[in-house]
Amino acid sequence: MDFPKEEFLAPGHRGCAGCGAALVVRLALKQSGKNTVVIAATGCLEVMTTPYPETAWEVPFIHVAFENAGAVASGVERALKAQGKEDVNVIAFGGDGGSVDIGLQSISGAMERGHNLTYICYDNEAYMNTGIQRSGATPWGASTTTSPSGSVSYGEDKPKKNMPMIMAAHGIPYIATASISYPEDFMQKVKKATETKGPAYIHINQPCTTGWGFEPAKTIEIGRLGVETGFWPLYEIENGEFRVTYRPTERKPVVEYLKSQKRFKHLGEDEVEKIQEYVDNQCEELGI
Amino acid sequence: MTTSVGCTIDKPGSTRVNKTGSWRTFKPILNKDKCVECDNCYIFCPEGSINQEYGIDYDFCKGCGICSNECPVNAIEMEIDN
Ligand SMILES: Cc1ncc(C[n+]2csc(CCOP(=O)(O)OP(=O)(O)O)c2C)c(N)n1
Ligand code: SF4
Ligand code: SF4
Ligand code: SF4
Ligand SMILES: [Mg+2]
Repeated sequence: MDFPKEEFLAPGHRGCAGCGAALVVRLALKQSGKNTVVIAATGCLEVMTTPYPETAWEVPFIHVAFENAGAVASGVERALKAQGKEDVNVIAFGGDGGSVDIGLQSISGAMERGHNLTYICYDNEAYMNTGIQRSGATPWGASTTTSPSGSVSYGEDKPKKNMPMIMAAHGIPYIATASISYPEDFMQKVKKATETKGPAYIHINQPCTTGWGFEPAKTIEIGRLGVETGFWPLYEIENGEFRVTYRPTERKPVVEYLKSQKRFKHLGEDEVEKIQEYVDNQCEELGI
Repeated sequence: MTTSVGCTIDKPGSTRVNKTGSWRTFKPILNKDKCVECDNCYIFCPEGSINQEYGIDYDFCKGCGICSNECPVNAIEMEIDN
């Protein structure tokens, strides 16, 4: 793929070495280009990119609070519309906590009202910025500071909330899952999302070196393992039509993904088997 | 009269004053003779520190090692950075 040359996220930001969240933004903005306004929820991304009085953003950017990126993006879109600037890409970024938990109401409202915007949830599967607390997107069995593994616990005891399908239930024209380890696939989805007239939602897997416990050099490798094991499916739903966008030729055993990260290291054979079963069912359901 | 609500920052990309190269423990050394121009290192660097001619900007490279890990021909070595 010929990648667009321009960059709109400046270096010098405070993301950990190897941070996948920085890459989510770098790739998304490469695709959407200069004619973009960004809204972000509170979280690692906002904190690391805007250490006052500095900013890493090279497109207009607004942050208001943790729970309202959907509402702020709605307002930005309507204000641009009132000025006759309907060709601007309005992109909101929110972490998993900011999107699937506390910000869910404002995203739901934005989708329901049919605003012309793209919402990108960068999912690192916990509240990283405040110290790795579990979120509704934390997968079953993961150890976090509020779902710690130990003698009486195997870690998180709830299954991951299925946010892309919650978005699909809103009947919006475009929904996709993505991974930073498949940049062409992700950027193609950003293109479709920003070209969609109406609300679009992308849910992207973002390995987090600090929160998941792996060497920074492995960020991309672990994202790829997530997809190759079927743990993280890649699909899109375009005007109600579901399509798998990448199918591993042969799915790897999920244990390869689990053993690569400290948050899953404690899991025993029984738990691993349970996760494999869950992944098998998910893949069968989606036709992967 | 203009009113400023909250904090406004009027200098895009101003984090460039913060040279994150100082965070580095290991330094990527790219051997252009080995390189097959696959673009992996360029596209996967979270700092955008590798340009399309495969030059590395050591002012900002944090030494994460992603580029080295993703290079299919081992053209990028991580060396201790003194
Ligand atoms: C209403 C409110 N509650 C709590 C916080 C504290 N807080 C700031 S960031 C954050 C976690 C964000 O988690 P997530 O959305 O997953 O993003 P991440 O940091 O993982 O990128 C929390 C709890 C806040 N800023 N506002
Ligand atoms: S904690 Fe994770 S998401 Fe936050 S800056 Fe570090 S690597 Fe990125
Ligand atoms: S070591 Fe990391 S920050 Fe440095 S050039 Fe390679 S990918 Fe970029
Ligand atoms: S990843 Fe390796 S082969 Fe590919 S462009 Fe970079 S140095 Fe060259
Ligand atoms: Mg998070």
